[in-house]
Amino acid sequence: MESNWPVLSLLIWLPIIGGALVAALGQQKASQARILSLLVSLLTLALSVTLFTDFDRDTAAMQFVERQPWIDAFRIEYFLGVDGFSMPLILLTTFFGVLVVIASWEVIRSRVHQYMASFLVMEGLMVGVFSALDGLLFYVFFEAMLIPMFLVIGMWGGPRRVYATIKFFLYTFLGSVFMLVGLIYLYLQSGSWSIPDWHQLPLGGQAQTWLFLGFLAAFSVKIPMWPVHTWLPDAHVEAPTGGSVILAAIMLKIGGYGFIRFSLPITPDASSQLDWLIIALSLIAVVYIGFVALVQQDMKKLIAYSSISHMGFVTLGLFIAFGIFRNSSDPQGAALGVEGAMVQMISHGFVSGALFLCVGVLYDRLHSRMIRDYGGVANSMPWFAFFAVLFFMANSGLPGTSGFVGEFMVILASFKANFWYAFLTGLNLVLGAAYSLWLVKRVIFGDVGSTEVAELQDINRREALVLTTLAAAVLLVGLWPAPLVDVMHASVAELLVHIQQSKLPVMGAVSAGI
Amino acid sequence: MNMSKILLAAPEIWVFLMACIILIVDLFLREERRGIIHLLGMLTLIFAAIITLRADYAEAGLRSASAFGGSFLRDPMGDVLKLFSYLILAFVFIYAKFYLRQFRMFRADFYTLSLFALLGIMLLISANSLIMIYLGLELTSLSSYALVAYDRDSRRGSEAAMKYFVLGSMASGMLLYGMSMIYGATGSLDLNLIGAAVSSAGRDDVMLVFGLVFLVVGLAFKLGAVPFHMWIPDVYHGAPAGITLLIAALPKMAAFAMTFRLLQTGMGSLQEDWGQMLAVLALLSIVLGNVAAIAQSNIKRMLAYSTISHMGFMLLGFLPGTNAGFGAAMYYVIVYSLMTAAAFGMVILLSSRGVEAEELDDFKGLNQRSNWYAAIMAMVMFSMAGVPVFVGFFAKWLVIQAALEAGLVWLALLAVVFSVIGAFYYLRVVKLMYFDDPKTETDINAPVDFRAVLSLNGILMLGLGIFSGSLIAVCMASFGA
Repeated sequence: MESNWPVLSLLIWLPIIGGALVAALGQQKASQARILSLLVSLLTLALSVTLFTDFDRDTAAMQFVERQPWIDAFRIEYFLGVDGFSMPLILLTTFFGVLVVIASWEVIRSRVHQYMASFLVMEGLMVGVFSALDGLLFYVFFEAMLIPMFLVIGMWGGPRRVYATIKFFLYTFLGSVFMLVGLIYLYLQSGSWSIPDWHQLPLGGQAQTWLFLGFLAAFSVKIPMWPVHTWLPDAHVEAPTGGSVILAAIMLKIGGYGFIRFSLPITPDASSQLDWLIIALSLIAVVYIGFVALVQQDMKKLIAYSSISHMGFVTLGLFIAFGIFRNSSDPQGAALGVEGAMVQMISHGFVSGALFLCVGVLYDRLHSRMIRDYGGVANSMPWFAFFAVLFFMANSGLPGTSGFVGEFMVILASFKANFWYAFLTGLNLVLGAAYSLWLVKRVIFGDVGSTEVAELQDINRREALVLTTLAAAVLLVGLWPAPLVDVMHASVAELLVHIQQSKLPVMGAVSAGI
Repeated sequence: MNMSKILLAAPEIWVFLMACIILIVDLFLREERRGIIHLLGMLTLIFAAIITLRADYAEAGLRSASAFGGSFLRDPMGDVLKLFSYLILAFVFIYAKFYLRQFRMFRADFYTLSLFALLGIMLLISANSLIMIYLGLELTSLSSYALVAYDRDSRRGSEAAMKYFVLGSMASGMLLYGMSMIYGATGSLDLNLIGAAVSSAGRDDVMLVFGLVFLVVGLAFKLGAVPFHMWIPDVYHGAPAGITLLIAALPKMAAFAMTFRLLQTGMGSLQEDWGQMLAVLALLSIVLGNVAAIAQSNIKRMLAYSTISHMGFMLLGFLPGTNAGFGAAMYYVIVYSLMTAAAFGMVILLSSRGVEAEELDDFKGLNQRSNWYAAIMAMVMFSMAGVPVFVGFFAKWLVIQAALEAGLVWLALLAVVFSVIGAFYYLRVVKLMYFDDPKTETDINAPVDFRAVLSLNGILMLGLGIFSGSLIAVCMASFGA
């Protein structure tokens, strides 16, 4: 479908140009910077809603396509489009674009213009990542996104912010340069940079394996998977609340999206061969990192580890498809896994974003993230306690909340692949409940920890607005996930058909190695 | 020879005349009216650009044209490189004027020497015979030696000039030795004839291969590729920042052209041999440049090692021996020159009251002193590190693509890994500017032309990145790729 007006371009460039304007306002005009940022992000959100309403749910083809030559000498295009995988993630991005502006309203006092500008630019770049259909364009957005986050963590972060932000930057940079080499290889093989063209490109077994590992290097760091996750707790702990929210809610999803857009369709045979690797790493993340989360003293760190463990569900859901195909002829189970992974990504976006905001609320008041400094917060902050308990419940996968839907779908699907996968992931429900509820017990309930805690002010209207919106989203996806799942049905079905077809050259034909 | 052939060299003749005129005009100028010299210098560049753009051979539908018995060649590659040389030198003039005034070194010699260096660079870019190459090279080098010693009371400057002179002469000697062997083997000075002779002689001619080795050594010296890089950090450090700017940004484009003409036009059929030599040089430069830069606390030395690694990356473009590869290397060298000019422009901007801002710590807290200049420096640093969407990324991408095209997957992988290691020291500058508190609160003052040009130079980092298609197309078209 060709769109009449370039919605996706507007979604990318409106926040970026808006961000540049906000930065140009200068240090003195803090309140103007806030208002302008809010307006820009609200406008972006409003525009993105048209993506949802005008989306054609019956097709897996790319929609809202925009295609212009960019670097003609190498057939690189400014090629945008969305399908059922990317559209929900773009909505998630624009939704959080507004929330972080509101959440940082009076919390950030120094260099407001640069703070707001960083987030707006980041929002535009992330929409770009989700909508780019040209390999180099994708890489440009994928990498450029690191710059505003690098500045956000480094300028407004905690005491060890410099270490954390440089680690974050170099880690993700190192992962993605391997992907760049892979992308160039694909171009040299196919003579095109278009990702849909790459999906159809036949590739030899060895080439696929190397490409798969290249993509894995980039996306496993981003999502992140055990054992390349160590940047995440550092970055989360040191980042300001807004940075943690965007990092957890959206940036991690880019790793999952990358697997869907690149690894699975471009190298299906290598994915099938190496699915044991991903599944093993996912299970380690789900179980081992769950235990690690249990012993954390720092609330942000606990949520960070919980994120890694929840992302394990996403990679598991995506890669058990091959096991299910081998076991049975029933493709329904594989679809359940992939859709579960997608729902889990969206849900985790809401839940982890909300949890970081909750910790942010406490941190703004007491300037501590340590669990031991709190206790009995419910006594002085009853409304806050209500929201926090809701979100921690969602984090542990309580039915009725969004956290349940995705995890349940993935566990159900993994039964069809292997009983033990399901058993181990099921274990995570117990672990998740343990670390979430134990935290709630120690922070929210129990005796009042100290006099400072007793004097805490309950959430103000601005914080209530943010948390209510998120609570509504969490409950909506939990109780009525149908609209979300509907938009991705066609794309998931197409992906599953695609990955079952081998891309290896037919035997007897000239074998194409690397 | 008829007149129209001589006119092919019109830009060179114009620059030569103007350099002489400036030399004479200065004799009749009083100290306070020396601004006129600057205007004359800018005028020279503007008219040189106009003359270069009105290329008769292109209007006649020819791909290239030669004069002076084939030793002078006008082609699209040369024209593009010359135009960028004018642009960079214009940047240099404006940056250096501010610097030289501050340090009481604002004399006409700078403009004369720079224009003679430019003339040498232009000859080198257009040279198509061994003699012309040597002529251009020596003109450039001698002007540069004198420029390094421009602050004659500075011991560090004199030492650097001496070092530069001795090592540079040695490199010229090597090159000359190689050239004489090649002349002996082929019996010709014209690169096209040499090319033909070499392809018929084949790879078994020992004298030819020996000559090639000496050529490559000489070229590596001029480019500053490891292990012939020793002069770069000392010269960059020792020369005044306004001069370092010129030496760092300008001659690399000529070095690229010289490498292309000698190796591809002259020795194209020995591509397999020199490709291997360049691969080793490229790898060593990328590794050593990036690792050594981490240890520097002086920004001029850091940029010197960064230059070494950039030259390594640029050499990757030569490896496949295809037109697309040469186009990539040319794009890299142009982008490198623009980035380097902006980086030294920032160093000059922060120098104040006769003290050079040459320590990395001088960049501390720049964001709090000025959002805009911190943003420019950040863009330059991210661009040098090869982070998209800045133009440096596109240059790195193209040369890595060239290395992969040549089938050197391991080299491409090593190059990208070391570019990540290199990213660390560029990030450190960003860290100093944005995450630390300033050492001084002094205002940043600069004349309006300086600020405008530096801003333009910084915006080019972003603009050429977002609209990268056009410059890439120009570079590729220069080689017909």
